[in-house]
Amino acid sequence: MKTCLVVDDSKVIRKVARHILETLEFTVSEAGDGREALDACMASPPDVILLDWNMPVMSGMDFLRALRESDVPTRPKVVFCTTENGMAYIRAAIEAGADEYVMKPFDRDTLESKLQIVGLA
Amino acid sequence: MMGATAKPAPSAAHSVLAALLEARTGQQIASHRAWRLDTELTPLLRARGLETLDELVAQFLSGHDGQVADRIVEALLNGETSFFRDAGTFDLIDQAIGGEGRVRLWSAGCATGQEPLSLAMMFAERPGSSAASMPEIVATDVSESALARARAGRYTQFEVQRGLPVRRLMHWFEGNDAEWTVSADLLRHVSYRRMNLVVDPAPAGQFDMVLCRNVLLYLAAPYKRTVFAKIAAALRPGGFLVLGAGETVIGQTGLFHPSARYRGLYERTAAPVERSRAA
Ligand SMILES: C[S@@+](CC[C@H](N)C(=O)[O-])C[C@H]1O[C@@H](n2cnc3c(N)ncnc32)[C@H](O)[C@@H]1O
Repeated sequence: MKTCLVVDDSKVIRKVARHILETLEFTVSEAGDGREALDACMASPPDVILLDWNMPVMSGMDFLRALRESDVPTRPKVVFCTTENGMAYIRAAIEAGADEYVMKPFDRDTLESKLQIVGLA
Repeated sequence: MMGATAKPAPSAAHSVLAALLEARTGQQIASHRAWRLDTELTPLLRARGLETLDELVAQFLSGHDGQVADRIVEALLNGETSFFRDAGTFDLIDQAIGGEGRVRLWSAGCATGQEPLSLAMMFAERPGSSAASMPEIVATDVSESALARARAGRYTQFEVQRGLPVRRLMHWFEGNDAEWTVSADLLRHVSYRRMNLVVDPAPAGQFDMVLCRNVLLYLAAPYKRTVFAKIAAALRPGGFLVLGAGETVIGQTGLFHPSARYRGLYERTAAPVERSRAA
């Protein structure tokens, strides 16, 4: 099974994302901020990370930079999933090493389409 | 699950509406869609201050309002589409269409324009592409409201996230949040025209490829034959027909056969005898 780490400080969003991802046959794990997510990736890197932008402790951007500089053995795909919906944010995310970008609110079709684009659905 | 067995039998209003759609466009309403007519027409009912489908049908039958039939037909046409729908098909098109000469493509049943724009993006992104090497893309649909949206080139947040890789969004669109506008530079390569595939003549000239995807699925059989013949006549010898992922020509028409070189595309069958018989 493909694995996805959902990183979001909202429990509700994590639950919604988990539900959709499980119907797409992903094994899902969760993290509430960037720090937790980095620890999870060090322990066992997922195939793809669904990443919120604004989170306490460590933001999505800081996490992404840390991840791309880390010695995590694989290169998980990173799909930003955020309410920061302007082009400037999108550019910044892609430049920092994100593979795809989902603007909230999202639905199953959007998530499935973006995961297909990164080669995982 | 529980409601599935309790679908109401089609009412007289449903039958009138389905007959109107078929008379205007050849499209039949699939049985799994019949019960959704109410939902699909709710915005129209609201806009006209009506409560029930019976009232809407009465307005139509009274004949006083010439526009109501158009509005009903547009509301009932299924305009479901997305950018790079069935992405593999676009890879195939990319392989099949070479760079030689000015290429002409026809997107028949283009809905809100995602299909012709995907073609335009793909060709514009080819290495060494220039304005002169861009194909001419003609895109037609029977729905005026779909065409109006296509011509405006504006898409919702939901639409730009279906099938469109974010890098293409960054490159070809402007906007944020609710509304995204495709670059005028891309849009100008597509010319949109209203055309009813069943009754109107095809766009003039010969095409290297015709895409008619997810349009014929619910078209009544005699109209299907008409449309296949029209497309065959519009294709240059050696040109290709592209259908939707779940569609085939097999058992539908003798005018086309599966391409041996590009699995999933169709080529015109040469024999003229075959052509006149099936048309
Ligand atoms: C499901 S959409 C498909 C759009 C696009 N080709 C795709 O595959 O994503 C079908 C479109 O065909 C159009 N259509 C249906 N009957 C038609 C007819 N008789 N003449 C022209 N267009 C028609 C509808 O208005 C609708 O926009």
